[in-house]
Amino acid sequence: MIQKLFFYASPQNFYPLAGRLWPVFACLATALSVWGLWLGMFVAPTDFQQGEGYRIIFVHVPVSWMSMVIYLAMAFWALLGLTFNTRLSGMMTKALAPTGAICAFLSLWTGALWGKPMWGTWWVWDARLTSELILFFLYLGHIALTSAIDDPRRADKAGGILALVGALNVPVIYFSVKWWNTLHQGASVSLTKGSSMAQVMLEAMLIMGIAFWMYAVALALYRVRSIILIRERHTQWVADLPEVKAQMMKISAGGAKA
Amino acid sequence: MFSVSNLSCTRGDKHLFAGVSFTLAPGQWLHLEGDNGVGKTSLIRILCGLSALEQGEITWKNQSVAQKPDAFRQELVYLGHQLALKEDLTPLENLSVNAAMVGQLLNLSVAMAVLAKLGLRGREHLPVRVLSQGQKRRAALARLLSSRAKLWILDEPFVALDLAAQQVLTGVLNAHLHNQGMVLLTSHQAVALEGVGLSYRLTS
Amino acid sequence: MSAFVAIVKRDLTLALRRKNEVITSVFFFVVVAALFPLGIGPEMNTLRLVAPGILWVGALLASMLSLGRMFASDYADGSLEQMALSPNSLSLLVAAKILAHWLLSGLPLVLLAPILGLQFDLSTDALWILTLSLLLGTPVLSLIGAVGAALTLGVRGGDVLLSLLVLPLYVPALVFGAGAVQAEISGLGASAHLSVLAALVLVAAVFSPWASAASLRIALES
Repeated sequence: MIQKLFFYASPQNFYPLAGRLWPVFACLATALSVWGLWLGMFVAPTDFQQGEGYRIIFVHVPVSWMSMVIYLAMAFWALLGLTFNTRLSGMMTKALAPTGAICAFLSLWTGALWGKPMWGTWWVWDARLTSELILFFLYLGHIALTSAIDDPRRADKAGGILALVGALNVPVIYFSVKWWNTLHQGASVSLTKGSSMAQVMLEAMLIMGIAFWMYAVALALYRVRSIILIRERHTQWVADLPEVKAQMMKISAGGAKA
Repeated sequence: MFSVSNLSCTRGDKHLFAGVSFTLAPGQWLHLEGDNGVGKTSLIRILCGLSALEQGEITWKNQSVAQKPDAFRQELVYLGHQLALKEDLTPLENLSVNAAMVGQLLNLSVAMAVLAKLGLRGREHLPVRVLSQGQKRRAALARLLSSRAKLWILDEPFVALDLAAQQVLTGVLNAHLHNQGMVLLTSHQAVALEGVGLSYRLTS
Repeated sequence: MSAFVAIVKRDLTLALRRKNEVITSVFFFVVVAALFPLGIGPEMNTLRLVAPGILWVGALLASMLSLGRMFASDYADGSLEQMALSPNSLSLLVAAKILAHWLLSGLPLVLLAPILGLQFDLSTDALWILTLSLLLGTPVLSLIGAVGAALTLGVRGGDVLLSLLVLPLYVPALVFGAGAVQAEISGLGASAHLSVLAALVLVAAVFSPWASAASLRIALES
């Protein structure tokens, strides 16, 4: 088992594995989203207090969960990379970051879109939304740092440390924002207070949650393949790949024509 | 005993060198030669432990440096291209801080003697920024004289030194070799030191 | 231990010979505290309400401005390499540099804060808590900022990037620091806030030198 893990730790071996896996995750994501959205849009009852507009939570909540899960995943890969000094860990972190950032961004936007009809304001300084905003900045910071460093190994390691420091701080930040919020008695966004969750609503949210998770994995695996190709472009095994060879032929044919 | 085996280095896309191996015994010096850009400075940084070891092994007194870095650093002094002098401090202050950083308590008279030997008498209390380039390089050499380290790794130590200073440096290196020290240096000039001299030519 | 003291002394000597590091932080803090009333309006009741936040944000930004300089000079002249090669643990030397940074950029803000607080008509008790919260909070800012400064060493667009990295991590200190003063003003008592701040200082003091040293070694590798 351990040997298998170390086998796949090499980008050369992980590349075809990721190539076989990502379509599987993409199909799962599609199927689960269809199911989850059908449940959320058509089966779940109209909310007693919030009418039809509440249905955006079937996107808002899963996407918020994913923004946190992805950050944890990044921290996990970062820890792996810093401990074992593997190149693939840095590539996975780099592949995950944009999806995580987009999830955080979507979470903020869907939160705002939900908020406007519900409480009349586009933004509310509640603990969860504010923490989400800070998480979004953490993602942006990570992407900015790894993009600004030219040397890929240094970028990986620096990004790794940043991801770990961020992950350790996220609970502290969330706790402090929650404290800040309760003291200031802001308008509080509560999904469970007031109306008890109908069983089917919870089910729909969970299914959408898993759907987004599958989507994130599929996207990360797809993206990491591109990153592997770029990082390992000087190796023989990349040059031998059929897709790379085909691309090279196209380029040289185009050059010959011109 | 400083032993190096099978070192390699890749800088970005460029594969600089591979399979570098040599051993240095007390009283010996090694002249690292090679054309510009072949990777001498990169190799030196790997030997010091500043750059990551991609491949191969470095041992000091038969112990892996990667596993016991502190013991190695205790016995290493490195002089690179940069002077590592604070421009707003005097040579004397720089020397004291450097000594404290390696855990030495420097006697004032000893420090003054070191600076005098390097031709900086009368300038010990001037901020480094008002010294000439050659005087700054001499002040940087003070680190060697006040050190008790056995292994000296020097990257282009003779650069910007006038003839007199070069002779002083040669004398210092020879004295160190006599004391069973080791010297590893790069230089575009020919190097003539006493004791057993090795030469390693780095090629791409 | 003597290496630690030597580095602190060295950094203090260097800064005092140049003087601009201390002056920049202090000046920025004073300017921010003066600009906000100009932007908000002279109504004393409003100003008294927002004073803790304004003063804390001002101190936070002033402290953040000087972070870029923590390791830059040593990186540029090769001193940082020598520190990395020292037989003393790099974490120890980094801790010394962080202490020096706080003495130069944080402590002046702590001393200045009560004076600026008077401009906002804060009570004596509130001023005392403000000073105490900054006394506990500014070391956290220096400690966390050090990790950011180490990660962005020599990187393009370093200063702005550093701010982006470090600001989310500053939020807990800000919340509990400004919150302490507000709690004091509203009569709830600031002891809980100050305790959390103290805990943050302890945790940061343990982890930050180590994380910063690791980041510095990564920066030196290239």
